[in-house]
Amino acid sequence: MQPTNDAALQTSTAQPTHDLPVIAPGHTLASITDKITSIVLRRDTPLAWAAGLALASTGLFFLVISIAWLLAKGTGVWGINNEVGWGFAIINFVWWIGIGHAGTLISAILLLLNQQWRTSINRAAEAMTLFAVACAGMFPLLHVGRPWLAFWLFPIPNTMGVWPQFRSPLLWDVFAVSTYATVSALFWFTGLIPDLATLRDQAKNIWAKRIFGMLSLGWRGAAMHWERYEIAYLILAGLSTPLVVSVHTVVSFDFAVSIVPGWHATILPPYFVAGAIYSGFAMVLTLMIPLRSAFGFKDFITDRHLNNMAKVMLATGLIVAYGYVMEAFFAWYSAAPYELAMIHNRMFGAAWKSYWALILFNVAIPQLLWFRGVRLNPMWLFMISIVVNIGMWLERYVIVVTSLERDFMPSAWADYYPTKWDVMLYIGTIGFFFFAFFLFIRFLPSIAIFEMKSLVPRRDAGGAKGSAASSTKEGTHHS
Amino acid sequence: MAQLFHRSFNTLSKASIVVGGLVAATALTLVATANTTSWTTYVGVARDQTPPFSHKHHVAGLGIDCRFCHVTVEESGFAGIPATKVCMTCHSQVWVDAPILEPVRASYRTDKSVEWLRVHDLPDFVYFDHSVHVAKGVGCSTCHGQVDKMPLMWRENTLNMGWCLSCHRDPAKFVRPKDKVFDMSWTPPGDQHEQGEKLVLENHITSKTNCGVCHR
Repeated sequence: MQPTNDAALQTSTAQPTHDLPVIAPGHTLASITDKITSIVLRRDTPLAWAAGLALASTGLFFLVISIAWLLAKGTGVWGINNEVGWGFAIINFVWWIGIGHAGTLISAILLLLNQQWRTSINRAAEAMTLFAVACAGMFPLLHVGRPWLAFWLFPIPNTMGVWPQFRSPLLWDVFAVSTYATVSALFWFTGLIPDLATLRDQAKNIWAKRIFGMLSLGWRGAAMHWERYEIAYLILAGLSTPLVVSVHTVVSFDFAVSIVPGWHATILPPYFVAGAIYSGFAMVLTLMIPLRSAFGFKDFITDRHLNNMAKVMLATGLIVAYGYVMEAFFAWYSAAPYELAMIHNRMFGAAWKSYWALILFNVAIPQLLWFRGVRLNPMWLFMISIVVNIGMWLERYVIVVTSLERDFMPSAWADYYPTKWDVMLYIGTIGFFFFAFFLFIRFLPSIAIFEMKSLVPRRDAGGAKGSAASSTKEGTHHS
Repeated sequence: MAQLFHRSFNTLSKASIVVGGLVAATALTLVATANTTSWTTYVGVARDQTPPFSHKHHVAGLGIDCRFCHVTVEESGFAGIPATKVCMTCHSQVWVDAPILEPVRASYRTDKSVEWLRVHDLPDFVYFDHSVHVAKGVGCSTCHGQVDKMPLMWRENTLNMGWCLSCHRDPAKFVRPKDKVFDMSWTPPGDQHEQGEKLVLENHITSKTNCGVCHR
């Protein structure tokens, strides 16, 4: 059955955006399964996918080269120096970890808030979270210089007779990020199990059947399976929810707990969390807009989704803008010479271009999202999402670098210039991220099949909104 | 449709959870144990030397003081390995033809050092100074054990950082009167803790535990 989508999706300007459909009309349980599984189970490899993977592999190659050189020579190949000890490694760490937050927010918080529009984007957004956390984790590990001793970061009984410094936010980071990675991976995998069983049943190749069979852990779609699944998924959602706020709060403590001007501010935790969700939703849009075009997912990832994500970006972007205003206000209101010098240096010092570029990218341009026409235009949204990604990177650059370049004593002033190895490693992680994402969309269902089925109007219910709890129990045998 | 997996997979998959946990626990226990046994620490492992120098013979048998050979132990960070000439002050007179001492005579003839195997070798990133320890009342045998009972040298202690810190965190448990520093047979008295506290005050022992003391 082919859904008749185009006419139905033509939204008149009069229709309120919250009434846009979360799934195009005309879909049945079978058509959803066929549409999503066909991408995984098709035998031929799409040329565009292969080309994308090849491009991402080039980035992955950069990653391998730059890590190899770093391990051979030490962190001296980077642009960091005695005064600016953090540089690209911490900028990129914060950038990547922030991006992950949108996935967790979509999966956990929107689930608990019963937001149906999370359904078609949560799987890919969670995958994005996992890959972004993997990219983020690389930077502190490489930054310690001897990553093979990085397990010293954990409080393991040892022959040295010492524990890690429990009063240091850098140690809290270790717990925050490792917890985040673990819970995100479990959450993602748990959500995949019923779909892996669908793939097992749909696959023709015996090895594909066996691999999906192993991964689906013996799922048969029994009522007891569904009951346990719902409990497990809710528990994991509950565990993930505080992480949306706590992880980036702890990351912000890396800065806020210090006494460096520009870092030592009470506004940092909420400002960082908002920034994380802001950049995360930008990345989700960057990924979803091409994805829905390439795979014909416009029935599932509808204008409603784009519109809602754009609204979240607008809201969090305004919180971030408030943060920028408050940073300047605190500096002025404190009348502390070092704080005043810091904000003056950011706005008019050596890095003034980065500061004003970030204001342009993060504050000015995203105001376009107030316009309904922009929110419903994928091309505009895509460009704005790229702009916000860049802007959020610049924000971390300005925070990390300008404060360290000019702190209290002029004798401790220095300039920071990234080297080509800094840049290569950064590009390398982007390559890794897209490499993993390309593999994900080809070998796993990038939209949750059984959750999409819960959105199909039920004959007996007679309404557009099926009950999620009852219709997920349709099971895999419907396909 | 044929079954994908044999019935036994039900049991196997359940068992794999337990087995996986056991394998992980065993591996971790092995690593943790290996790090504390003499296999990695060399504690109590007598090391072969060429020539096979016996501290037992020279210290207990002949009564030679530590400082006769380790001349700089009171003034310098390095206790000092004796020059071949120090050996030859006696061995040009006694055991002059003993084949076992040929490496010493060869060293004397050719002016090349005897190649001793260093038993107490700290990593290069650790700063250690013998003189301050000796001056404050840390006896030789506290760290090196009763050298006068060792035919060939071995490590009495691990030299792990945790072992260093066990004294640096509470030196009163280990310090002795200054005149007993080179006494091989000294053992802590019953009231060591009181004596130790007194010595710590008298000798101004302010043992530090911040990183930069040893990792400079």
